[in-house]
Amino acid sequence: MNLRRDVFQAIADPTRRAILLLVAAQSMTAGAIASNFETARPTVSKHLQILIECELLNQEQNGREIYYHFNAKKMKEIDEFIEPFRKMWDERFNKLESLMKKYKK
Amino acid sequence: MEHKTKVNAEEGKQEILITREFDLPLELLFRAHAEPELIEQWMGTKVLKMDSKKHGSWDFEKTDEKGNILFKATGVFHEFIPNRKITRTFEMENAPIGVQLEITEFEKLTDETSKVNIHTIYESVAQRDQVVKFGMEKGINMAHDRMQEVLNKLK
Repeated sequence: MNLRRDVFQAIADPTRRAILLLVAAQSMTAGAIASNFETARPTVSKHLQILIECELLNQEQNGREIYYHFNAKKMKEIDEFIEPFRKMWDERFNKLESLMKKYKK
Repeated sequence: MEHKTKVNAEEGKQEILITREFDLPLELLFRAHAEPELIEQWMGTKVLKMDSKKHGSWDFEKTDEKGNILFKATGVFHEFIPNRKITRTFEMENAPIGVQLEITEFEKLTDETSKVNIHTIYESVAQRDQVVKFGMEKGINMAHDRMQEVLNKLK
């Protein structure tokens, strides 16, 4: 199954969030990432796969090893994701403020 | 630049925190949340029912010019303390986002300024994220509607 992954779904999982934190500090191989978890290696691989599919991680071949990099650009999209919701509330509250100013003594 | 309205939605949590400071005395900020005629004006929804007391229910609706229901939300108040706090449940009809719990607190800053904190708790992280997305889609739809209006005028 190769569904298009949702970034929010990706970061909802605590193991995946921990992986992102690790890789954000330093690019790592899958083995080095897995050694930080008690979870079985295939499970970590699955998490890595999901993070790559939603572009939070990039892979780069370095000799015989594959290194995982953190994609900060994608993480920024998550911030931008909340922005329209914030704007919606901001507009509502701006209306409230100008409406109620008329009632000021 | 600091935004006037702040939204905090931490990753992996099933809650959202919205805060905003107003150039309004606390009493006026609360009135805007307590009087149906005022809510209708800034929220843009009709208030069909609002029984502002413990275990009282509320019913808001938004329709287009043709009378089609665009949005309908209902719930029950659990706390309604003037100038301090409103706790209520919120459920949107025909939207798969479950029931949310909203805790709205009002705070006096100075005689002329006040602050509101809205703490919303969702049934799950997925549902919270759905609401945020819904907000975004709504924003896009509104922009499209405006564009359509402008285009219609050009016809």
